[in-house]
Amino acid sequence: MTQAFRIENGGLINREKKLSFKFNGKTYFGYEGDTLASALLANGVHLVGRSFKYHRPRGFFGAGVDEPYAVVQLYRNGETEPNIKATEQELFEGLEAKSVNCWPSVNFDIGAINNFLRIFLPAGFYYKTFMWPKSFWYRIYEPFIRKAAGLGVASTKHDNERYEHKYEYCDLLIAGSGPSGLAGAYAAAKNGAKVILAEDKPRFGGSLLTSDVNIGNQSGKDWADGIVAELKTMPNVVVKNRSQIFGYYDHNMLVMSEKVSDHLPSTKKYHPNKRLWYIRAKEVLISSGSIERPIVFGNNDTPGVMLSSAAKEYLKVYGVLVGRKPLVFTNNDSGYETAIEFKKHGVDPVVLDSRKNPVSEIIDEAKNLGINIKNSYVVVAAQGYKKVKSADIASISEDKKQLGKIENVQCDCICVSGFWTPTIHLASQSGNKTKFKEEIDAFVPGQSKQNEITLGAANGVFSLEETLKTSFTAGSELSKKITENDNKIAIPNVVEKKSSQHDKFWCVPLPKGKNYKRFLDFQNDVAVSDIEIALREGYRSIEHVKRYTTLGMATDQGKTSNLNGLQLVSEIENKVVPAVGHTTFRPPYTPVSIGAIVGREVGKHSKPTRKSPMHSWHEKNNAVFVDAGVWLRPRYYRRGNENLFEGSKREAKNVRTNVGVCDVTTLGKIDIKGPDAAELLNRVYTNSWLKLPVGKARYGVMLREDGIVMDDGTTTRISENHYHMTTTTAQAANVLSHLEYYLQLVWPELNVNVVSTTEQWAGAAIAGPKSRDLLQKLFPNSDVSNGGLPFMGYMEGDLFGVKARIYRISFSGELAYEVNVESDYGNFMWEKIIEVGEEFNIQPYGTEALSTLRIEMGHVAGSELDGRTIPFDNALEGLVSKKKDFIGKRSLQRSAFIAEDRQRIVGVVPLDKQTSIPEGSHLVKDDKAPLPNPKLGHISASCWSVEYDNPFSLAILKDGKNMIGQKLFAMSPLKNKVIPVEIVSSHYVDPKGERVRS
Amino acid sequence: MLYINCPHCGMRSQNEFSYGGDASVKRPELNKEVSDQEWDDFVYNRKSLRGKHLELWQHISGCRQWIKVERDTATHEIFRTFKADEEVA
Repeated sequence: MTQAFRIENGGLINREKKLSFKFNGKTYFGYEGDTLASALLANGVHLVGRSFKYHRPRGFFGAGVDEPYAVVQLYRNGETEPNIKATEQELFEGLEAKSVNCWPSVNFDIGAINNFLRIFLPAGFYYKTFMWPKSFWYRIYEPFIRKAAGLGVASTKHDNERYEHKYEYCDLLIAGSGPSGLAGAYAAAKNGAKVILAEDKPRFGGSLLTSDVNIGNQSGKDWADGIVAELKTMPNVVVKNRSQIFGYYDHNMLVMSEKVSDHLPSTKKYHPNKRLWYIRAKEVLISSGSIERPIVFGNNDTPGVMLSSAAKEYLKVYGVLVGRKPLVFTNNDSGYETAIEFKKHGVDPVVLDSRKNPVSEIIDEAKNLGINIKNSYVVVAAQGYKKVKSADIASISEDKKQLGKIENVQCDCICVSGFWTPTIHLASQSGNKTKFKEEIDAFVPGQSKQNEITLGAANGVFSLEETLKTSFTAGSELSKKITENDNKIAIPNVVEKKSSQHDKFWCVPLPKGKNYKRFLDFQNDVAVSDIEIALREGYRSIEHVKRYTTLGMATDQGKTSNLNGLQLVSEIENKVVPAVGHTTFRPPYTPVSIGAIVGREVGKHSKPTRKSPMHSWHEKNNAVFVDAGVWLRPRYYRRGNENLFEGSKREAKNVRTNVGVCDVTTLGKIDIKGPDAAELLNRVYTNSWLKLPVGKARYGVMLREDGIVMDDGTTTRISENHYHMTTTTAQAANVLSHLEYYLQLVWPELNVNVVSTTEQWAGAAIAGPKSRDLLQKLFPNSDVSNGGLPFMGYMEGDLFGVKARIYRISFSGELAYEVNVESDYGNFMWEKIIEVGEEFNIQPYGTEALSTLRIEMGHVAGSELDGRTIPFDNALEGLVSKKKDFIGKRSLQRSAFIAEDRQRIVGVVPLDKQTSIPEGSHLVKDDKAPLPNPKLGHISASCWSVEYDNPFSLAILKDGKNMIGQKLFAMSPLKNKVIPVEIVSSHYVDPKGERVRS
Repeated sequence: MLYINCPHCGMRSQNEFSYGGDASVKRPELNKEVSDQEWDDFVYNRKSLRGKHLELWQHISGCRQWIKVERDTATHEIFRTFKADEEVA
């Protein structure tokens, strides 16, 4: 294929490097430095997609971030990505892209029938039509809308690309590298400030790349290149292209998405695909420029109708003619700049200017070049379906209401300019209340809210001279405040052509008897008539009009459509534009890939993984792991072909008959020291702590101030003023914060220090009737007899030369001990226990067996202490002191907490002694009762009792105290089970607690 | 993301802190008779102010100190920060 629309010379592309690419299966060629859009246009391809609602043909409208049409599905390196703007995607060798929103093909699209049905698809069509009958929604309407909607297909494969997050701080952050951004960056950099200059495009310079100006006796582009080159050499400056600052958040935090690899055929090794920068800036210069806005006329969405600035950019940056018979339709001088560029490249444009008699240097230049100019003329409608073939034009009266005789002129593109809209998104996101500037018919930033300043075109200033002056000054002043340097910079001489006043004209009236669609929002197919309907139906607030019509809601977020929409509403409502107001600008400014937002926190990195010091032993011994919060814990140790049920049953049984060892390192541990430590515990726990002797442990329950159980665990008095507290694995961090809260804020008079020692101690629970015999062999020099180390006793011991702490505490309900050593000796301890325990038939047991053992003993854990229960509910009221005050005590007097039929923990056994009861099942009186069947309680935990060899569950049951012996039903609609059950005591095994004391 | 001046550590990003609610709430003294109304006000009832609000934050990923932050709940402006034991005038 030849690039028929590429001019011989010129542009900033690299003609030495030819690239091949595929679009809709067909191969084309472009050059390095092209975008997909410029390369397609060079090949004369104007049809790239179909519109969202009517499936009308779509071409290119802009040349960058504002593009509403040219959204494609991209294929790169075996992956695919939707929602890519062809105007932003840089060309690389082997690029493949396809049109979206069309079926079966962009040239023949069945959905285009909507175009002929459009009279039936006005604003609010979906709301009005798909409301009833209700049953149609899931079966018919939703699938239909889903098929019709969509701007591409997301990949369902795992994304192998890497995305990084980076945190950065700077003195001055500059959004946009046009004249304002470059001047501000340069002045600040010269004062020694730490500067970050961000440009969303691959090339720096903004409008200087395409405008015909002179700065300091060089062309604008050469001046920009010089400044950028110098900035890049300065150590205090970071210059980033392909980097879009898309959000301005609280306290001068801005977020920037850097496309590191999207312009390459594949991501380089060790490089990320994108990098998300969180930048905390002392000062922000918003130099984001402006976007040209269209004039509305009939069929203004036809491929070949585009912004005049885009046509100029395709010509000057990419050396591409968007047409050979261009019509330029303008209400200001910008259209003439485009016409002049066409003329310079041997193409004869026709300029239609809505103004009667404008006079300026630019217009004079156009006249001198012999360009055909028609004043007081407008385009009434574009003609042509897949491409502009001609235009209906007419003269227009001074009041812009009457059209003259319509003539048809041949043309192959219509370049439209309705003046400029400042890009105020970042300023508005910062909290800046924008104001309407009459002279430019657009909003500009008002009073700065955070440390931001908006300059140049983004502030509605279109004179280069003034932009440079204010930006150099701002760069100096802002940096001077921070670095206290004051290097004077001579502001260069500027040569630019003066413009004349634009025409406040934005919409061509319909000629008599014609009903052309005049589009405001091109991506969502919102036409003038849709806004009229919305207002006729009573929508007044601009936010409501937006939501009803979808004006400005698509992926381009109305960058080219919003202001014309406001103009229309203000005209119909007979209000001025500022009274209508604009919709809220919210981040992100442009779509940001989800991968960039997520960063490295995917898969196993989505949360930290904590492992005990004995982890490698567990791995070597066939442990099957389970997530316990962020910890990995052995669930059971698989032997042969055992499943979880068989393995955990074996392990639990071995604890009941011999001895088992369980890794309990994950338990939260808090070291508490100070003369008032006992007093703190006495206030935190429900039971009394003042008289606990040294060398003794005690079980305690702590409440929140609202009386709900927060956590439980044992605390041991190591010495006079030294305690060791344990918490559940899940609540470890919360309990520490809780203690710190009371010590720092409520009772600062208490002389106590708390610190987490969870990671400092490795823990092993040794449980079972033979545990004492094993312990004696592990600590031959210690007296671990029932007298020497009684239940809830504590001692220090010597484990083959390693200092150990021995606690006689039990979660399994068996005779049991917990041994702690410093973490680095954890594995040594574990191996010794296994080695010495061999003669007692020791087996390691995991969390599943641990659960079984505690459930059949009626010991509560997280599934009962679930943030909804008080001590009574867990049969722990015996631990609630009546004598002293403690956190949450006053709440226990609430009427619901002392009600006669208060819920309480019970045991549940299926009548058939066979069927396991799913956790979460509801307990009900009558399994046949009509829904909603009154719930009496729920199953909190289930196990297979190894003591009785039948299923056993714990439940929290209303009036549980008086329900023992009752027959109920456990119902699980999720598992489709109804199980007749009997309510028994929660202490199913060893109700008197004799084993732990044996 | 807020930028909070920890009185112990200096300016730190919000993601180092956890929020602790209204700092003007005073816990009734221990062992004191408290009416239902007083206790409910302490445990549950909060003003949820729009505007200047004195609130608690804990610098959990830093010095672990609880601090008081005077912040505008509507604009997120932070006026002053205090140590736990500092009186707020």
